[in-house]
Amino acid sequence: MRDVAVASFAQSQSVRRADETNEVEMLMPVVAEAVAESGIPKKEIEFTISGSCDYLGGVPFAFVSGLDAVGAWPPISESHVEMDGAWALYEAWVRLQHGDIDTALVYSFGKSSLGNVTEVLSQQLDPYYLAPLWPDTVSLAALQARAWLEDGHSDKEIAEIVSKNRLNASKNQYSQIRSQISPQEYLERPYRVDPLRIDDCPPISDGASAIVLVAGDRARSLPQKLAWIKGIDHRIEPHSIGARDLSVSVSTRLAAQKAGAIGVEVDVCEIHAPFSYQQAIISEALGLGASTDINPSGGALCANPIMAAGLIRIGEAAQAVMDGRAKTAIGHATAGPCLQQNLVCLLKGGN
Amino acid sequence: MSNQDNKSPAGSGSSILEAPNILEFPFSRSTGPVIGEFMTRLRAGEIVGAKTKSGKVIVPPTEYDPETGEDIEGLVPVASTGVITTWCWVASPTSKHPMDSPFGWALIKLDGADTAMLHCVKANSASELSVGKKVVARFAENRVGHIKDISYFELQGGN
Amino acid sequence: MAETEAVDPNAPVTKISTPIELTYRFTAGRAASRFIKGLLDKKILGQRCPECLKVYVPPRGSCAACGVPTQEEVELPPSGIVTTFCVVNVPFYGQKIKIPYVTGTILLDGADIGFMHLLQEVEADEVRMGMRVEAIWQDEADMVPGLESIKYFRPTGEPDAPYDDYKEYV
Repeated sequence: MRDVAVASFAQSQSVRRADETNEVEMLMPVVAEAVAESGIPKKEIEFTISGSCDYLGGVPFAFVSGLDAVGAWPPISESHVEMDGAWALYEAWVRLQHGDIDTALVYSFGKSSLGNVTEVLSQQLDPYYLAPLWPDTVSLAALQARAWLEDGHSDKEIAEIVSKNRLNASKNQYSQIRSQISPQEYLERPYRVDPLRIDDCPPISDGASAIVLVAGDRARSLPQKLAWIKGIDHRIEPHSIGARDLSVSVSTRLAAQKAGAIGVEVDVCEIHAPFSYQQAIISEALGLGASTDINPSGGALCANPIMAAGLIRIGEAAQAVMDGRAKTAIGHATAGPCLQQNLVCLLKGGN
Repeated sequence: MSNQDNKSPAGSGSSILEAPNILEFPFSRSTGPVIGEFMTRLRAGEIVGAKTKSGKVIVPPTEYDPETGEDIEGLVPVASTGVITTWCWVASPTSKHPMDSPFGWALIKLDGADTAMLHCVKANSASELSVGKKVVARFAENRVGHIKDISYFELQGGN
Repeated sequence: MAETEAVDPNAPVTKISTPIELTYRFTAGRAASRFIKGLLDKKILGQRCPECLKVYVPPRGSCAACGVPTQEEVELPPSGIVTTFCVVNVPFYGQKIKIPYVTGTILLDGADIGFMHLLQEVEADEVRMGMRVEAIWQDEADMVPGLESIKYFRPTGEPDAPYDDYKEYV
């Protein structure tokens, strides 16, 4: 495998409604910052890829206009995934493995505020058995939460997770929910969709993120500290949510094994868990111990720009390595209902 | 896809214009033989599942064994009764939800099936629901071959 | 809502109906909002790219070629040339204008990108590339926040622009 590193990471402030800016206006400063911080001149970026979903804003081909943010003329080599930017990063990493190019820009953006996002996402489900019933995102997450609770757990564990994320988010300038909540306060909150309380659910968010990847000697020639991708893999669960055990994440476990992320000392792990219970399930699948600082950013529970939130997890994990806060970090991303698809990216510092 | 775009100011004082934008996809979908047979039997008030080579019964049926990807052996009837494997309670249904009043979503493992299907459960309150509770499908009066031919599940023995 | 298209109610089900309706807000963002509001005052507002100096109308808040934000506002005159055009001969549902009519790409004087609009007060077979045209605004009562505030473009009668002047924009 060719050595590939995260050379820079940028994200927008996550907000409830970014009405002032269209998607390009929201994205452009983020891309510009990531490119500037990478030390790679824009014209020397050899591959560009985005992750976004046109259905979020209800604007067909929004991903094409997103290219306006990078200055795609004369025509550049580019690609797109209709998924979270974490999967765009995976494709960029694969592209860099070809060996003929050294630099790639990955960006993602999403405005969930433009539609009724929990309904929009219900239409990504099986079109015969599920979508006609319009099961909303929160309800599906609630089914998974119950499955986890029934597996011998208590919401007191979740109270700790929520409280910790909210504390961390209060110190993260890019996060959206900045208010704290104690475990006791959490337990006194009413249910939104039993067993989920409002604090178990992410805010509706608009936002964007970008990462520049650089490979091999080109990366080693850069002056800044880098976060090297030591392993990356993604796996998917069966199509029918009733055909799997929702209380565990087999796909995360397998992806982590393939990425070499099991049994290693992990200083920081950014888990993409829009719903609090999902963090418990992923944390268990990754086999994380008490020595791992989970979600120092506050996570997607406190800022959830859909399509960007997974890439932000990888970016935050990489930033922890680049800042020297972690020697080894994991960025995790998820997609689909009830943690259907999971990506694990193992990052390390050094040369 | 239709796109109604009537631009109107976002309200007095706002410098940003916004407009309602309604996307409609008035699609019908081909079922293929497996889902088609499930829907045909559902119209007749029966539920069938897919039997895999390993002997498992997948409900609702898929064309393949989700564990191996192999073709299924065929379709077999299962009961319209089963148990709740997980559930949640929607206190405030939306206009898109299949029920007008508070209801439960549940994964339900029908008797004779090895996997669970998603549907709604009618109950008076969340306290009536629990994992393992027996439920029975209530079919719609007018059935057309659609997942909503099951109106909902209700607790066996009444609510 | 849940209907199959089978005529025979006992025939095997081969299709299901799955209508989807999703309601969104469309927000124009800063640049397009200024542009649309400008039209209500009979002003055509574009933006100039700080790098390549090209003037975009309608403005999108960014230069797609350079990948930089555009902020400098440029008011453009309601006159320009037809860079290319097509003659619409096909009737379609909702058509409001008598066929045949001409839709053209209009390059306003001082702009670096054309936009599509209607050409009227001219026979379809008289429209030419390079023809000089001017905007006719809607009546005050019919002004709407959108490009429809320009009723149509019509020829000014000035000499055509030479091809070399606009070949970059065709």
